[in-house]
Amino acid sequence: MKPAIEVKGLSKTYGSGETAVYALREIDLTVNAGELMLLMGASGSGKTTLVSIMGCILSASSGSCKIYGKETVGLSQRELPAVRLENIGFIFQAFNLFPALTARENVEIALDLKGVRGSMAKRRAAELLERVGLGSKLGSYPADLSGGQKQRVAIARALAGEPRIILADEPTAALDSESGVVVMDLLQELAHEKDRAVIAVTHDNRILHYADRTVHIEDGRIGREEAAMPVLPVPTFGSIGVRQ
Amino acid sequence: MASIAIKNLFHEKVRLAVTLTGIVFSIILTAVQLGIFLGFIEASTGIVGQSKADLWVVSRGVTHVEQGVEFNEGKLYKVLADPDVAAAKNHIVSLGAQAKKPDGSDEGVTLVGFDLDGGMGGPWNITQGSVADLEIPDAVMVDELYAENKLGVTKVGQVIEINKRRARVVGFTRGVRIFTSQPAVFTSFKNAQSFLGLNEDQSFFLVMRAREGADIEALRSRLAGELKDVEVLTTGQLVYRQGMYWVFGTGAGITVIVAAVLAIIVGVVIVAQTIYAATVDHIREYGTLKAMGATNGYLYRIILTQAVLSGLIAYVVGIAASLVISRVSLEGTLAIIVNWQLAAALFVLTILMCCTASIVAIRKATSIDPAMVFRG
Repeated sequence: MKPAIEVKGLSKTYGSGETAVYALREIDLTVNAGELMLLMGASGSGKTTLVSIMGCILSASSGSCKIYGKETVGLSQRELPAVRLENIGFIFQAFNLFPALTARENVEIALDLKGVRGSMAKRRAAELLERVGLGSKLGSYPADLSGGQKQRVAIARALAGEPRIILADEPTAALDSESGVVVMDLLQELAHEKDRAVIAVTHDNRILHYADRTVHIEDGRIGREEAAMPVLPVPTFGSIGVRQ
Repeated sequence: MASIAIKNLFHEKVRLAVTLTGIVFSIILTAVQLGIFLGFIEASTGIVGQSKADLWVVSRGVTHVEQGVEFNEGKLYKVLADPDVAAAKNHIVSLGAQAKKPDGSDEGVTLVGFDLDGGMGGPWNITQGSVADLEIPDAVMVDELYAENKLGVTKVGQVIEINKRRARVVGFTRGVRIFTSQPAVFTSFKNAQSFLGLNEDQSFFLVMRAREGADIEALRSRLAGELKDVEVLTTGQLVYRQGMYWVFGTGAGITVIVAAVLAIIVGVVIVAQTIYAATVDHIREYGTLKAMGATNGYLYRIILTQAVLSGLIAYVVGIAASLVISRVSLEGTLAIIVNWQLAAALFVLTILMCCTASIVAIRKATSIDPAMVFRG
């Protein structure tokens, strides 16, 4: 499989001297295209920092982080947005939709950033929402959508720029079981059928079986890695159980 | 991009109302205070500024026309001898007159005596009567704004006393405001001499009009060289001197200036705080956009569009309210003048304040903490 993200010797330090806080220490990690990887760890373990660096939002203190072979550590703040725009789609725990915009307009914003506007943007946004099962909600505002629907709009928005990497932060944390299943199905489909690299930060044990690989972060270091878990015949996703 | 800017602005009506209220309030506050200042300038310089004269001859060292000192009319003939002088007339402005109202009480007045044929230094905004009516001996014209309150006069034909001489009201002006609140009483030059007890050859000022095409500054300079013990000033110079005296020479003027400056500062603070708060309210959305790959320029355009739109809407409402206040004020003795220059300056100030405040707020979005967009 082709490596989408290659992280080597990556460290992030906040502050300096005696007050320095080491958020990440010498991280080595590779995420491949077509892989759904879960990133787990206790609060403050460094998951978000790692995802922020892989997502080119935060700069590393040292080490290397390559996105499809291109080094991103050391890029200036003016160069990083273009890397994000070209390669990365974000899905947030709190959805981060724009409340003043309809579902379609939320997706159109992502297209606007890519330079796709007007009728083409409207058509493309409608297609994306159709794809996540929200074809009937184009004109709905986030306030009128359920949590699961909001997250699906966020996924449609993340896909608008046709990113090769999806970074999802606690994508199911704010969802009920049924919605969680729908969202994880979508992410899995993106990884396995669309060859995207999907990295999801999570505390949610109910979604472990979706992972091709689970990486645990402990105190800023890679703790252990687990290969895909077998699907167990026990209910692990609330009342509806695991998808068979 | 414009879509999100406009929709963000109008999505939450209450927040929009709060934002606009803050900006509108600061516009009105600033407009009213600066309008009072302009009204103050107008009231303190109107007698000179509205004179239609090109040049004034005044006693040396005169700081304001109400302080005129008499000189003899010999100077009038010297002035008239200059080929560039089209007309020159004697003129009187004096605070040294007391009017006795019909009820017997006294009131200081600003007596203005002008040559009825000269077309200079006379009343303006005449609402009843005419300059020709002032030909009648003892005839005077007073301003409606002060007539009843200050002079007890309600209609043409009423008689008052000025410096113990009978004066008959033959007409009214409207809006001839005087800073000292001593109402302007216009009368013929000869009547004014009579009221003030001056000799026939005595005058306080000369007002003159230059021939068309004449170089007024050259004429002023020439006359200044020829006339002894007096100064020759253009109307603009005397207006400036008059304004400076009342603005900086009296505590009242400083008070008005301080109030106007404070109004601007308070206005700037209110607008800045309002726009800043409105921008920061959307900071998470800007953070999300940035995470999605939006450049700082993209965010700047959104935020500035919102700021300019807010400023434009608030300006229209604020300046309309200020004009209404100004209109109402013109019915009284304290004029709040909101002219087009002030309106234009406020427009620029408002847009500038909105943009500056939003740019300060933008810095929060552009220096985004990644944890903010990832946090629930």
